[in-house]
Amino acid sequence: MPVTGPGRAPAADPAGGALSTQPVERPPRPGRGPLTAARNGWRLLTSMRTALVLLFLLALAAVPGSLLPQSGLNPAKVAAYRRSHPALAPILERLGFFEVFASPWFAAIYLLLFISLIGCIVPRVRLHGRALRRPPPAAPRHLDRLRHSERFHTALPAGEVVDQARAVLRGWRVAHREEASGAVTLSAERGYLRETGNIVFHVALSVLLAGVAIGKLWGYQGSVLVEEGRGFCNTVQSFDQFSAGPIIRGAGLTPFCVDLATFRATYDPDGTPSDFAATIRYTPADGTPRDDVLQVNHPLRLQGVRVYLISHGFSPRFTITTAAGQTFRGISAPFLPQDGNLTSEGAVKLPDARPDQLAIDGLFAPTAVDSGDGVISSGSPQPFNPAVAIFLYRGQLGLDTGRAQSVYSLDQGQIAAGALKKVGAKNLHPGEALVLADGTSVRFDGYLQWASMQVSRDPGQSVVLVAFGFLLVGLTLSLSIRRRRVWLRVSEAPGADGGGAGRSVVEVGGLARSEAGGFTREFGQLVERLRQSRKD
Amino acid sequence: MAVNAGLAHLSDTAFTTAIAVYGLALVSYCGEYAFGRSGRVARTSAEQAPVAELVAVGAVSGGTAPPGAGVRSVRAGSRDAVVAEQSAARLAGRFGWSAAVLTTLGVILHAGSVAIRGVAVDRVPWGNMYEFSSAVGLVAVLAFLVVILRQPRVRYLGMFVMLPVILLMFLAGTVLYTKAAPLVPALRSYWLAIHVTAAIIATGIFMVSFVATVLYLIRHRYDSMVAVGITPGRFPITLGRRLPEAGVLDRIAYRTIAFGFPVWTFGIAAGAMWAEAAWGRYWGWDPKETWSFISWVVYASYLHARATAGWKGVKAARISLFGFSSMIFNFFVVNIMVSGLHSYAGLS
Repeated sequence: MPVTGPGRAPAADPAGGALSTQPVERPPRPGRGPLTAARNGWRLLTSMRTALVLLFLLALAAVPGSLLPQSGLNPAKVAAYRRSHPALAPILERLGFFEVFASPWFAAIYLLLFISLIGCIVPRVRLHGRALRRPPPAAPRHLDRLRHSERFHTALPAGEVVDQARAVLRGWRVAHREEASGAVTLSAERGYLRETGNIVFHVALSVLLAGVAIGKLWGYQGSVLVEEGRGFCNTVQSFDQFSAGPIIRGAGLTPFCVDLATFRATYDPDGTPSDFAATIRYTPADGTPRDDVLQVNHPLRLQGVRVYLISHGFSPRFTITTAAGQTFRGISAPFLPQDGNLTSEGAVKLPDARPDQLAIDGLFAPTAVDSGDGVISSGSPQPFNPAVAIFLYRGQLGLDTGRAQSVYSLDQGQIAAGALKKVGAKNLHPGEALVLADGTSVRFDGYLQWASMQVSRDPGQSVVLVAFGFLLVGLTLSLSIRRRRVWLRVSEAPGADGGGAGRSVVEVGGLARSEAGGFTREFGQLVERLRQSRKD
Repeated sequence: MAVNAGLAHLSDTAFTTAIAVYGLALVSYCGEYAFGRSGRVARTSAEQAPVAELVAVGAVSGGTAPPGAGVRSVRAGSRDAVVAEQSAARLAGRFGWSAAVLTTLGVILHAGSVAIRGVAVDRVPWGNMYEFSSAVGLVAVLAFLVVILRQPRVRYLGMFVMLPVILLMFLAGTVLYTKAAPLVPALRSYWLAIHVTAAIIATGIFMVSFVATVLYLIRHRYDSMVAVGITPGRFPITLGRRLPEAGVLDRIAYRTIAFGFPVWTFGIAAGAMWAEAAWGRYWGWDPKETWSFISWVVYASYLHARATAGWKGVKAARISLFGFSSMIFNFFVVNIMVSGLHSYAGLS
């Protein structure tokens, strides 16, 4: 019994059945044994109902991933959440709620959906292939029981009516049959592209998912912060952060190097940033350097690898003289922005200073605004009035303790332990210096700009793009085209023999999926053209 | 990119005027609804006439017929009822016409407001929540106009469409309002025109679909109560009496989603292509991406449910309500409360 045929078709009538190739869902078979169990399990998994439940679960499972901080997106926020929810966080952590999209349960849902999808497509491809080869089904006995039906007389003989009807039905797939009663029937069907589109959509969706998987397995991503005048090469060692799929080995990255010449941020008169541009010189494997400008929305694309401009900031520059008379010129360190106006914090470490190591804990403001108590912050991201507030430390940096240190801050442990002592503090404008009684001096020379860049490779990306193209075409076809059938039965009118003028009776019936609008009009127009054809 | 303050002001004026005109259209739609053949006023005046039951037959079973169409079915001898019915129908027709005219006028003002804003800031005018909401409201009204052009009989449902549109525009003009301003560099891309336009069109169409779905559920509930002999007495089920047939509403809901869903799909993919150029990856589970994915999956569930035995009708309709709820959540909650890469709300 057809489960998904249009509701109005008489159940006993085979022609009214499957206008869709959606497989009939059978109830589980009774019986035992592993084979039956496997078959029933497969049927359950590939049923539309299960797909529906899995789709729900997928949507539901994605919710915590958007509302809880995710370690893949923002580890700092996860850490903050852990601190503010000490009881809840470990439980969430164990359940994978901070890495929803990498969690086993999320993977379980989409893998089951993937299997269900394939299990659903394969039989439908077969059924659709069969439908494409077979002629449209024979006309039901009672065309007047269909939702759309019409009956009229015509003065033309049956043969001529059929010929003209075939002309009217151009573009339809038509089957010509003769019934035992002598009546001629035409079965016409069109809109096969609906199911073709449906299948294309689902196949494209699986290819798209495969493309995503390729990217996850063979892709990599590294980020690095570069000051003007410096550069990096595409090797694992040169990145500040690097993550890669399990199949990538560090040695195999596309070889090229990038040097940052200058970074420029431009602003509209009202202070809105209008453009960020990093002028770079890159050297691909062939050794010929080329120039390019990286901008937001405009990465460098190079042999399947992309280089992005991600963020920017300032590196204050100092000249430092020690009490022993050593002079360090052009010492700079990238300071990390703390707010939208680029109030930035950072540290300068001088492990080579003698007799004691020196360090600066600093705050840089491109447009310094003194709140009155000597504390500065920035009033604008543009360098209208650059200044730096420094704390000078002397002692042991603790770099040799084996503990990892951030390059952006001093080791608070060393300070707490008294190994690193604050010996001076001052707010400096370019050219100004902090001078200690023993002759140690720190002069603020100005600043460099830095840009952080990201290098990405995703070999599955083009697969995803092409699959998406097919997906969209398939989807649009499957939602816009309607599958419909029309039957004609042409028979001699009773009692027409005597008149000799060959009067015929034409019965027309039509069927479309109930949700397909516009068929009523199309059917009406078809019948009208069939009626008119008698006048020719 | 300097902002033309004069034009920005003109755009704001057009926006406010459009809300006012929509408000007048809403009143007219209410008039058409009330005086329409199946409306309360028509029924009340008919019931006062001696042969009330004859008129009432048409009043209950119909609802999709244009106002006044049922008059012919009334037998002779019920002249009072005919007169009452005819005058109500005429009144309803007039209200309906003025509603349609006012809606069109409102759309012109509304489109003008959006376009002038675009000229004032020299970019596509959907760079913040105010501009986005305004454009979504415009699409919703346009989508409804398309629906009533194809199915003029459901014109009187305009009140149910204008109500959320006016609410959205009111929110846009008050809470979400953002002064005309240029965009940050990340948004200065031709993808803004592609990605956000698709999102706006899909959202506006889903909004119309949402209205049709809610009305479908009301009508369905009403029908099933009447079928077992209960007279629905509580709002909003009582609305069911004057709504089009459940099937008609269901088809409007389906066809709008069938149109909006590929647009939404394209919008997500266009966003992915933009993200590939701007953020270094085409998909990164940014909260906004995640919620657009959730909406996509829920609407996909709706389409599947319609083809699944036991899920057609009411259950499928409820799924589409979930779909639109996720769209609303994505727009209001994710934009305002959840921080992510898509933080362009323009609110501070």
